[in-house]
Amino acid sequence: MIVADRKKIPQIRDMVKNHRRVLLVGCGTCVTVCLAGGEREVGILGSALRMALRLQHHDVVVDECTIERQCEDAFIDILAQRAPEYDAICSLGCGAGVQALAERFSNIAVYPGLNTQFMGILESQGVWTEKCSGCGNCLLGEFAGICPITRCAKHLLNGPCGGSRGGKCEVNANIDCGWQLIHDRAGKLGILDPFEQIVPPHDWSTGLDGGPRKVVREDQCIAGLGPKS
Amino acid sequence: MADEPLILAMCCHYCAYAAADLAGSMRLQYPGNVRVLRLPCTGKLEVNYLMAAFERGVDGVIVAGCLEGGCHFLEGNLRARRRVERARKLLAEIGLEPERLEMFNLSSAEGPRFAEIVTTMVERLKRFGTSPLRPDPTRIERGVQEMNQQAEAMLAGDKR
Ligand code: SF4
Ligand code: SF4
Repeated sequence: MIVADRKKIPQIRDMVKNHRRVLLVGCGTCVTVCLAGGEREVGILGSALRMALRLQHHDVVVDECTIERQCEDAFIDILAQRAPEYDAICSLGCGAGVQALAERFSNIAVYPGLNTQFMGILESQGVWTEKCSGCGNCLLGEFAGICPITRCAKHLLNGPCGGSRGGKCEVNANIDCGWQLIHDRAGKLGILDPFEQIVPPHDWSTGLDGGPRKVVREDQCIAGLGPKS
Repeated sequence: MADEPLILAMCCHYCAYAAADLAGSMRLQYPGNVRVLRLPCTGKLEVNYLMAAFERGVDGVIVAGCLEGGCHFLEGNLRARRRVERARKLLAEIGLEPERLEMFNLSSAEGPRFAEIVTTMVERLKRFGTSPLRPDPTRIERGVQEMNQQAEAMLAGDKR
């Protein structure tokens, strides 16, 4: 899932303080699960933001709502009637949700209430860890199911580097060396042999290169409503 | 009591609420500025309850749960403490003194301690002064006047 956390209240306050009516919009999907932007967090931020604004004598109305999925226009439809009553929206969705709202409501200022962090998993209650960088050309099959791009601090495809110490990474002693994990798991699976070979550079043309990517499923596209560009 | 601090005490049914009751039965004197709200367990406490109280202008909030290890639901009071900590951080971000909110642990037999906790908070909150979020009485008065005027105008309209 996509993991995010909330911006500090003074920062959110300063983004919206010159507006008259602000709608806080939460999202019921990933950010609800990572406790950053669901209905409860919207309620807490709503109260906190109203207090922070009043303490600085800004007369701003802050209302709250949460929609099921902010990154899909069909779900944003629910806001179509209500949104024009506001001159700003503060989204508690991930960056995709914020931009989906901005695309839908061209006349309303849209601000992010969260910092979108990464794609990851729940490691333990209250702790989330990054696992995938969305490189568009998944290598997990060749690296024993552990992503070298995301989990090695240097994104090495031929690791470990000389700084791996006791299973920890030289960049930060609190994080596991991704390459130690790869070797340990590959050893257990008895698939260490391929690691004797040098791995050629990753094909970055599928990710982080050439502008925003698009996935198209022709069979699912409705005639005349294919990709916009 | 206009300048006296207004305190909300969120009390666990099994300990602090009984302790407050005991303080009353023992005829202990403690400041009358506290409004007691009974929770089935402090584990029921959510951060948004605390935010809602401060947003409505209370000067301080006491959260009172069982002694650590003594929660009837095992760890409700430990969870409450973590939520109180989070709420205190939020208060600091908002620009209110985090010390306006505090969690205490006590047993149902500690009537005198309940009185002492309330006294401590009242003294602390007097130093901080009235919450800047307390609704302005003149604003409330103005609102009431406006409603009266509207009602009179409606009645006058009916008579015509
Ligand atoms: S190899 Fe690419 S797609 Fe696969 S987990 Fe790593 S970053 Fe994600
Ligand atoms: S110590 Fe391990 S994780 Fe850290 S940079 Fe080197 S190989 Fe990558």
